[in-house]
Parts: sequence; C-alpha cells; structure tokens
Amino acid sequence: MSVAADPNEKFAHYAHPERLVSTDWLAENLDTPSLVVVESDEDVLLYDTGHIPGAVKVDWHTDLNDEVTRDYVDGTAFARLMSAKGISRDSTVVIYGDKSNWWAAYALWVFSLFGHEDVRLLDGGRDKWLAEGRPTTIDVPGDQSVDYPVVERDDAPIRAYLNDVLDHLGKPLIDVRSVDEYTGARTHMPAYPEEGALRGGHIPTAASVPWARAAAEDGTFRSRSELDAIYRDEVGLKDDDEVVAYCRIGERSSHTWFVLCHLLGFTRVRNYDGSWTEWGNAVRVPIVKGTERGEISAP
Amino acid sequence: MTTTLPAKLDEIVEDFQALDEPDRLQLLLEFSRGLPELPRHLQEHPELLEQVVECQTPLFLSVEIDDSAERIVSLYFSAPPEAPTTRGFAGVLQEGLDGLPSAEILAVPDDVPDRLGLTRAITPLRMRGMTAMLGRIKRTVRAGQAG
Repeated sequence: MSVAADPNEKFAHYAHPERLVSTDWLAENLDTPSLVVVESDEDVLLYDTGHIPGAVKVDWHTDLNDEVTRDYVDGTAFARLMSAKGISRDSTVVIYGDKSNWWAAYALWVFSLFGHEDVRLLDGGRDKWLAEGRPTTIDVPGDQSVDYPVVERDDAPIRAYLNDVLDHLGKPLIDVRSVDEYTGARTHMPAYPEEGALRGGHIPTAASVPWARAAAEDGTFRSRSELDAIYRDEVGLKDDDEVVAYCRIGERSSHTWFVLCHLLGFTRVRNYDGSWTEWGNAVRVPIVKGTERGEISAP
Repeated sequence: MTTTLPAKLDEIVEDFQALDEPDRLQLLLEFSRGLPELPRHLQEHPELLEQVVECQTPLFLSVEIDDSAERIVSLYFSAPPEAPTTRGFAGVLQEGLDGLPSAEILAVPDDVPDRLGLTRAITPLRMRGMTAMLGRIKRTVRAGQAG
C-alpha cells in the first residue's frame, strides 16, 4: 500500500507531485509502517554521523554498483539489498541525501531501473532537514529480512549506453556538468581530483545546462515555472522529445533526469551513466570543444 | 614490511588492518570526530591555511616547521563536519605524523592510504584525496627543508 502523496502546494504544479515530499510531510509520516526512508550520500560516512530517525543507508558505490563490471547490481543483489533494508515491493521509499540530493536522485534512478514503483525524493535533502533543526540519530536499524522479488533491471526506457547515444545524435542532449567541463577547459569538476578522461569537451549538439540551475539556494527544486523557463523556453525541449542527459558518471545527470521526468513530465528521458568518463575516453567518438554546441559531421 | 612507517602511524595502520570493513569505517569515523580544532592563531588567521584542491570537499591544511635541528613538523587541518571521510583521513595523518621530525615525514611511503584497507568501501577518487593530502604535506616539508 503506498502512502498518500504530500499535498504541498508547490509540488501540485509539477507533472508528478507524488514524487516529492517536504520535510514537514516526512516529519509527520516517519512512523507510517509502509514508508521506508533511505539516505544516500556521496560521503560514505555521513549517514553514520547522524541521520533521520529510522532511515536506512544505501551507498551508491558499495550497494548499487557492481563490484567488478562497470554496471549496476543485478536483480538478485538488488532484491537482497531491499530485503536487508526492510523494503518490500510495495513500500513507499523516500530518499534523501547530501549535495542537493545528487546521490539520492541517482539512487532513485537505480531503483527505477528495477521498476520500484513508489520512490520519492525529500525536497531539499539532508541539508534542509538539518538546517531546520529536525531530529537526527546515530542509531542504525539492524538488517531485516523482508520479501522482495527478484526483478531484472529494465534499462532501455531510462538508461542510455554509448551506442544509444551515438544513435541519438541529432536529438536533444543535455550536458549538466560545469561550464568548464563542457568547454573542455577541464575534464573534471572544480575542486575534484582528475578522474581520468583523456579528452575534454562535450558531445556534439549537447546543450549546457549545469544541474544546479534546477536547484534553489536551499537545495530544494526550483518551481515549475522556473524549470519550464530553463528547459522548455531556453533549451527548447518539447513534450514528445527524446532526451538524453549526461555528466561525468551519471550522478548529477540523475538529478536532471528526475527534473525532466517527474517534475516537468517528459516521458522519453534517458540518463547516460557512462557519461564523460566513458565518452571522453572512447576512441573515435565525436567531441566538440568550446562554448558552441557544435554540429554532427556527416558520416 | 611496514618498518619504514613512523611508530604512531604504523600503529594506526595495524589497527585498521586488524578490523573487518564495517569496523574500519567506524574507526575512520572516530578519527573524523577526533580531529582537533584549529589552534587560535590559525582560527584568527585562516589565510595561513592552504586548500588541498585535490580533495573532493574543502580541506585546509597548515604545515608548521620549528627551528630545531630536527625541524619538528606540526600539522593542522580543517574540514567541515559534513565531510566526515575527508576529516577521517586528516585525523589519521594528524595523529600519525604530527610532532615528527621532517626527515621521518619525508620517509613515509606514498602508498600509506592504500594500507588502511578501505579501497573497496571508499571510491578510488576519495582515496586519491588522502594521497593528495600526504603529498601536499611532504611537498611543504621538503620546501621547508630546502629553505
């Protein structure tokens, strides 16, 4: 049984208001039995310094990524993870995390690869909960054992591979990295170490819309009208467009994927998780440097 | 094998290695909590700190070397509470290296971060952050010796 959506007025303007909950709503619903709160951070230790009471931790690196292949875990491993975290197939899952929900959005996207139906984000994430002085705990819920079916991932609708992106060229692409990464001035995030992309620049025709433009100062999502102004008016996306978003490893573009799919209602959006750490190293794929989107050269 | 490590750092590495992975992370969290506050002269003069830009989260470092023949090194770190992993690495280096003669710090092998047994739980990117911290400390100490 899924839990009733947050009737928050701001959310009502989004295409899928039920995909977001406010800190007020979460505080009131923490004890709802069919609700599981998940914290997903970049920093592997952050959850242990204090988290929302009852929240379980899902680590993007050790829980969601396959240890050997550059891929996500399979249906068996995901079912095992869900079971241990006390999540059943019909649980309402609310995910929150650090850095304006980057990793929370990434986790939500991975949950969606497995078709987990009711998965939402906490608007404003961890920072907003803490800024409001709401309760935290260092108590970690013990591992559980609940039934979760083995469901194989269905990547195609929302995940793009390198070859999919090559086939996609000519249709809208959104590069959500910083402007310096887009132009090729640098191959990694400011203040982040070099991550080993051999070439700098962007995929030809990609529009540069740094992910953070979709977030307000307090880490909450910008309003429907502000988001429409960016993605529809400025970038020119239209309702039935097929869109691919990418960044460096797919985490920041999960944030943009969430915005396009769930807040603005685009139905054909894929996240290219290989992103620049794959494209910038691949042999003979086209790259454009500089601020211009560039064109696709004839084969 | 680890004879080249200074005694305190060697002890820390052994502590990590004696644990299984979840407990190693808890130990790193303890180092994060135990990272000393900046002394007053640095709190009042944050410009004396330099940023280690290779770290994913803001980390500021000050390396002070005294006038004694051994050129004893004092290490001060500052990192925000929302960056516990970075603070934990800083805490390991602070406890393991603070107060040592310059020569001993320069002799610390660059692969010490890999010996903590955290490379599976913590992304390579972050582990490189700790390597960068150690590298920055050694570069500064080396420059201090030359000067």
